[in-house]
Amino acid sequence: MIPILSLMIMLPVVSALAIVMLPGGDAGRARLIALVTTLIEFVLGCWLWAGFDNGGAAFQFVEKLDLFAPYLNWHLGIDGIALMLILLSVFLMPLCILASWESVQKRVPEYMAAFLLMETLMIGTFAARDLFLFYLFFEGGLIPMFLIIGIWGGGRRIYASYKFFLYTLLGSVLMLIAMLYMVGVAGTTDIGALSRFNFDKGAQTWLFLAFFASFAVKMPMWPVHTWLPDAHVEAPTAGSVILAGVLLKLGGYGFVRFSLPMFPDASAQLIWLVFALSMVAVVYASLVALVQADMKKLIAYSSVAHMAFVTAGLFALNTQGIEGSLLMMLSHGLVSGALFLCVGVIYDRLHTREIARYGGLANNMPRYALLLMFFTMASVGLPATSGFVAEFLVLIGLFQTSTWATFVMTTGIILGAAYMLWLYRRVVFGAAAGEDTRAMPDLSARELTILVPIGLAVLWMGVYPASFQRPMKPAIAAIVARTSGRELATVPTWLTLTPGAAKAATVTGTPK
Amino acid sequence: MNPVFASIQTAAPELILTTGALLTLMIGVFRGDRSLAPLTAVCVGLLVFAGVIVATAPGGVAFGGLYIADSFSAFLKVLIFAAAGVSMALALPYWRNSTGARFEYPVLLLLSALGMAMMVSANDLLSLYIGLELQSLAAYVLAAFNRGESRSSEAGLKYFVLGALASGILLFGVSLVYGFTGSTGFDGIRTVLAAQHDRSLGILIGIVFILAGLAFKISAVPFHMWTPDVYEGAPTPVAAFFSAAPKAAAIGLLVRVLVTPFGPMTGDWQQIVIFLSIASMVLGAVGAIGQTNIKRLLAYSSIANVGFALVGLAAGTQKGIEGLLFYMAVYLAMTLGSFLVVLHLKRSDGAPVELMSDLAGLSKVRPGIAAAMAIFMFSLAGIPPLLGFWPKFAVFTAAVDAGMFALAVIGVVASVVGAYYYLRLVKIMYFDDAGVAVESHGGAVNGGLIAAAALFCSPVGMLAITPLVAAAGNAARALFPG
Repeated sequence: MIPILSLMIMLPVVSALAIVMLPGGDAGRARLIALVTTLIEFVLGCWLWAGFDNGGAAFQFVEKLDLFAPYLNWHLGIDGIALMLILLSVFLMPLCILASWESVQKRVPEYMAAFLLMETLMIGTFAARDLFLFYLFFEGGLIPMFLIIGIWGGGRRIYASYKFFLYTLLGSVLMLIAMLYMVGVAGTTDIGALSRFNFDKGAQTWLFLAFFASFAVKMPMWPVHTWLPDAHVEAPTAGSVILAGVLLKLGGYGFVRFSLPMFPDASAQLIWLVFALSMVAVVYASLVALVQADMKKLIAYSSVAHMAFVTAGLFALNTQGIEGSLLMMLSHGLVSGALFLCVGVIYDRLHTREIARYGGLANNMPRYALLLMFFTMASVGLPATSGFVAEFLVLIGLFQTSTWATFVMTTGIILGAAYMLWLYRRVVFGAAAGEDTRAMPDLSARELTILVPIGLAVLWMGVYPASFQRPMKPAIAAIVARTSGRELATVPTWLTLTPGAAKAATVTGTPK
Repeated sequence: MNPVFASIQTAAPELILTTGALLTLMIGVFRGDRSLAPLTAVCVGLLVFAGVIVATAPGGVAFGGLYIADSFSAFLKVLIFAAAGVSMALALPYWRNSTGARFEYPVLLLLSALGMAMMVSANDLLSLYIGLELQSLAAYVLAAFNRGESRSSEAGLKYFVLGALASGILLFGVSLVYGFTGSTGFDGIRTVLAAQHDRSLGILIGIVFILAGLAFKISAVPFHMWTPDVYEGAPTPVAAFFSAAPKAAAIGLLVRVLVTPFGPMTGDWQQIVIFLSIASMVLGAVGAIGQTNIKRLLAYSSIANVGFALVGLAAGTQKGIEGLLFYMAVYLAMTLGSFLVVLHLKRSDGAPVELMSDLAGLSKVRPGIAAAMAIFMFSLAGIPPLLGFWPKFAVFTAAVDAGMFALAVIGVVASVVGAYYYLRLVKIMYFDDAGVAVESHGGAVNGGLIAAAALFCSPVGMLAITPLVAAAGNAARALFPG
């Protein structure tokens, strides 16, 4: 059998080394190697999807090698959740390379190598079945991202790169201590075995909080989200796409893969914490997004709001909530990635992200206006786009666990429509801010090639989400089975809108 | 057979170094300073030979219990000889460009290596002291090696005065321990201590004094003050040597002293080691933030790294010692690699690279060297998947298994603070625009050493985890009989 996962992890590294090491490397060759590599990765990803057995909850494509004993094993395997996130990564990667085709002119070989390394680390994170192998890929991603922001970023790139690196590192090292403890107690580094291990309830709370410190920063949840706007704004376009599209998913993936199945009691007890932070995040981030003058910053804050939906849905601890959250992660990966690419398109023409400098693009860039309209609507959650399916499922799931949280989260949808539509109005309608704005040419063929596939994927997920849900179902069912029956944090009765929800003191898992 | 002959066999590596050092000294005296390069080659050869003998010589106790050769001392001796050999080889391009080149350099290093080998093989407080002094005396001279330069002389004098004081404190501790246990042999002390139930305060004070003296040698906080000044003042190859081999030897010595004779008092010395460890990690991380000189930065880095290695000792378990030994092995490669890069470069005006800002924009002019330096920095910061993460992982595992969560949490937070200054060097090399142009002037040997060290510290080096940890585990087992 061909070790597809190992192949997918090693291929970008080899290409990156080839780009940097081979003599006479010029920008054109580097771009070509990177594009071909990422396309091969995409094909391999589709091959994974085709060969994936939707019915089984067990991990598939498992590979195990005792390479780094006694500390960790080269142990890979995927379930439906990992498969979907890997697909998202390999789908966005060639588009990122294409998006940087012309806009990046400085040190192109190193740039492409950094992106390829990033791809390796992302796939590795999702495919790792060994706790420390996961940590290795999870943390390793900091290095290329630090370099991408710091070398190719905007004006305050150095501040942003430091903030990104140190913030996320601090969160992760606490998780490392928790991991060391878990392995000491359970005596295994296998993620599957650890998910079945019953940790002591008292210890679970501390372990949960340690993991929470890491994933909340990655997510990012309020109030540890402040690195995100800086990193987003300063990163080059493709860097923002990868950040928003894939790196933010590491937090949600961590919650699904570790926090929920390994610490089910603590998760059920601490939903109030997650709900409270999510509620604050949705309202606060949406309000902040409303007043942004910088397009990238606005989308960055919208990411914070969308990620709050993900956390709230995950900790609803039922099938719809978790499924909705996972779809939200996929949908947000596509939509916010596309929005950043859209910003990149006009940034390449005018070299400013200031909203006030644009306007009236509907006249001279009709195709752009149409696509931006589509992605704006997807971000708002218009039916028939992926955003709607995800938000709807999250809210259904959340309603069964906490009606108040649902009530507050719903305002996020309204505010989301407000800031996105207002952004659209200011950029696309009205009068052009200047002669240079009016002279901007419409989308080139390359830019269309980047944006149209994402649009199609968003439509697909909005119209027929079952293709994406089906592989994830067994994995979600396993997680729900793990958390069901745990004692929930008690909510005071007067805080509950529907009397039924207060009585349900334990997680039910399945809808009534 | 006369027991002396058996002892000679057991102590063969040290005897080879002794004879070799005396012979090379004679040759140097007659042939003068132009014999520096051939003498260096001979000395490296002697170290390699001694290293091979270490791996094959029979173990056991020699010279009536003064000397012990076991897997613990063998592991450390191989490290020490390798680090000393690299420190000799890396200096050749430096001396070629310097007026201070003299043939004593490799000979003094050889004598120092001999002292270090004695240290890790000491089985008695007196042989411990002899080894330590032999190493230190050679080191004092080395620090002042550029005698024409006031900074170097100052470094030598400072090192000597403080080092002599530390030796005095150590010796005082030794006398106290002898007074209260009636023995200087490690096994004898252990037997007496294991039998005592209520121990007197005198033995405790003796341990504190011994620990203070040894903490000076490993530059653990609060006995670290000399380190940045000596590193900055000493010639760069000497600073490279100081940061590597003597650290490994002194830590090895500290481990053996605490675990073997004072093993019955683990609970007492553990608190001191925890304090030394936390103080070193925190001060090493914080103190480096304001530095602009690379050598001072690496000095603070070595202080912090000693703190991390001590986490393994603080755990007091076999697993902790295993982690500590693994830590030292990887640390030597990282620190020597960083110094090799510094030595490999010179500014276009001919001056050696000293300031961090001299490396500005290095990634554009010398991408290979910049990449190697970035690997060393990320590795020192302990970012996976670079090899430098795994020793930290090993010592923190031991600490968590021993229930020392506070120590582990403080340690990882200190490592995040420390990551800031390692990142700063990466930032200067990769994000800043070129300042003063830098050229490389190292030889092919140094280039090869940099490449080897970088490869070892890169993710490829993770393949070395299994054999290295097995060897370290084997060495740690020697200290925990039964």
